[in-house]
Amino acid sequence: MAAWQGRLEKIDDYRWRIPKSYKPGMRVDGVIYADEEMLKDIINDKAAEQVANVAFLPGIVSHSLAMPDIHWGYGFAIGGVAATDVDAGGVISPGGVGFDINCGVRLMKTSLAEDELKPKLRDLVYALYNDVPAGVGSKGDIRISEAEERKLLVEGAKWVVEHGYGRSDDVEYTEEHGAVKGADPNAVSARAYERGKNQSGTLGSGNHFLEIQAIDEVYDSEAADVIGLDKGQITVMIHSGSRGLGYQVCDEYSKDFISCLSKYGINVPDRQLACAPVDSPEGKAYLGAMRCAANYAWANRQCLMHLTRLAFMKVFQRSEKDLGMDLVYDVAHNIAKIEKHAVNGKERTLCVHRKGATRAFPPEHPEIPAKYKKIGQPVIIPGDMGRNSYLLVGTRKAEETFFSTCHGAGRLMSRSAAISKCRGRSISRELESKGIIVKSSGRETLAEEAPEAYKNVNEVVGVVHGAGISKRVCRMKPLGVIKG
Amino acid sequence: MKRYEQFPHTADIGVHVFGKDLKELFENAAFAMFDIIADLEGMKTSITKEFEVKAPNHEELLVAWLDELLYNFYTKSIIFSGFKVEELSENLIKATASGRPVGENRNRLQTEIKAATYSDLKIKETPDGYQVDIIFDI
Repeated sequence: MAAWQGRLEKIDDYRWRIPKSYKPGMRVDGVIYADEEMLKDIINDKAAEQVANVAFLPGIVSHSLAMPDIHWGYGFAIGGVAATDVDAGGVISPGGVGFDINCGVRLMKTSLAEDELKPKLRDLVYALYNDVPAGVGSKGDIRISEAEERKLLVEGAKWVVEHGYGRSDDVEYTEEHGAVKGADPNAVSARAYERGKNQSGTLGSGNHFLEIQAIDEVYDSEAADVIGLDKGQITVMIHSGSRGLGYQVCDEYSKDFISCLSKYGINVPDRQLACAPVDSPEGKAYLGAMRCAANYAWANRQCLMHLTRLAFMKVFQRSEKDLGMDLVYDVAHNIAKIEKHAVNGKERTLCVHRKGATRAFPPEHPEIPAKYKKIGQPVIIPGDMGRNSYLLVGTRKAEETFFSTCHGAGRLMSRSAAISKCRGRSISRELESKGIIVKSSGRETLAEEAPEAYKNVNEVVGVVHGAGISKRVCRMKPLGVIKG
Repeated sequence: MKRYEQFPHTADIGVHVFGKDLKELFENAAFAMFDIIADLEGMKTSITKEFEVKAPNHEELLVAWLDELLYNFYTKSIIFSGFKVEELSENLIKATASGRPVGENRNRLQTEIKAATYSDLKIKETPDGYQVDIIFDI
């Protein structure tokens, strides 16, 4: 693992430039959002090199961007944002989205207060652990035919709502209404269907989780009022993605796109950055398939939220309405979107890759729910299981990042380093002494996902807030965590 | 010779895989992947499957072979632990893999691997044979 040897120019306290002169082939500069302290960790692995590599993509505009939760990924760094100009030969890269297409988070509020929940917390964690399928190889209870599955891939969250998994107003509070347009089920292979079968309504493993939280700090009471949140209120956060279906889609198109490099005369320094023009048969096919996987993921998180509501109702013996279990918002953080943005004063159609980054539309943007028009799009930032998570809103300033911001804490330590650091310790007991109850299906998941394996989310959010590319609304602390 | 060793990667799992020849390198890469997915220690095999995978070159063939096994693990629910490469050329691998159904071995599962990636993938010749570094997305 080579540390970064190249130049990094300080733009201001939160922005650092990798000049395009760093290596021949870079079409634009790289810009990393971080403070001086965080930068020390960032340059320890290959993440900065990957930011430079992304700057090779044909049609890339403005900068190859990295959010402060940046860490070493494959192809793109995790935390990377890159926009390419569709009408100027701009490319789309499956590696710029990642295997877990539309991995994302949703936040649900409740009418419960922390002291009301506490006596039932243990029961609730066990009920959720029992009722929400999690872990490697887990299966969901939704069994549908291939014809129905094709509809699900087009209609996303709406399809599962219509089949009894939630309420119609849920989709209103989901990015893209839980179904991005242009999904093409014919672009999804039989193998991808097969890998996704039986996995709707499953959490997955690794860093995916379901968390019961309490709001412990409100920064923007006006925005919190609009959303209906207050200090001490219980919220639930769900982090999951497109499961096997998305992995298979990315896998197959990553393979196919390698041959596009010579076909379209594209030079990129890493095969995992394989790409094709958005406006090519290959680019269109991937977009159609990726959108199917994205819709599958929204359907999946919708199912997971439904199962969560049922578990709360069972444990509290109260109705869903009485428990006030409304969806605040659902965001994708591994996705490519075709969006209109101003570039050098002109409106352009861009393909915005957000890999470990979240869309953060500003107030008055037409694509956010009417209720949030004044405050901007809610942005949900999960932290590690021992510290905090955040709710932010989008700002106009984020125009410079194509309205994108960070997506989480970002890993600091490799999984093996975390396991050896935690040897001989019981992470679940350590968390329990802080009042956090954790259940995990994977034997080593808790050590791999130990709080110290992550950057401090408070610092990550401090950077995006300080840089002005999104704004703090409130902070949550974990109370109960279900891990895959 | 060591079959493989893990190296630290911030978000994913990286392995250095070794082999005295290319055939062994491909066998050991498959073993490394399933050794991460499940606890293979003492697991007896009961099923053998034949595989034939094609790709434009050795490196892409290696990823294709691993992904083929992964696909079979997820959709046929078989944990593979034994690998024998019968034939290997620049573009084709013919191999058998033996394993056991997930069913009674569910408790052996430990890590969900989404895919093998091409990231910085290079097969290198060494004084002892061959080595390749593979990053698995987990």
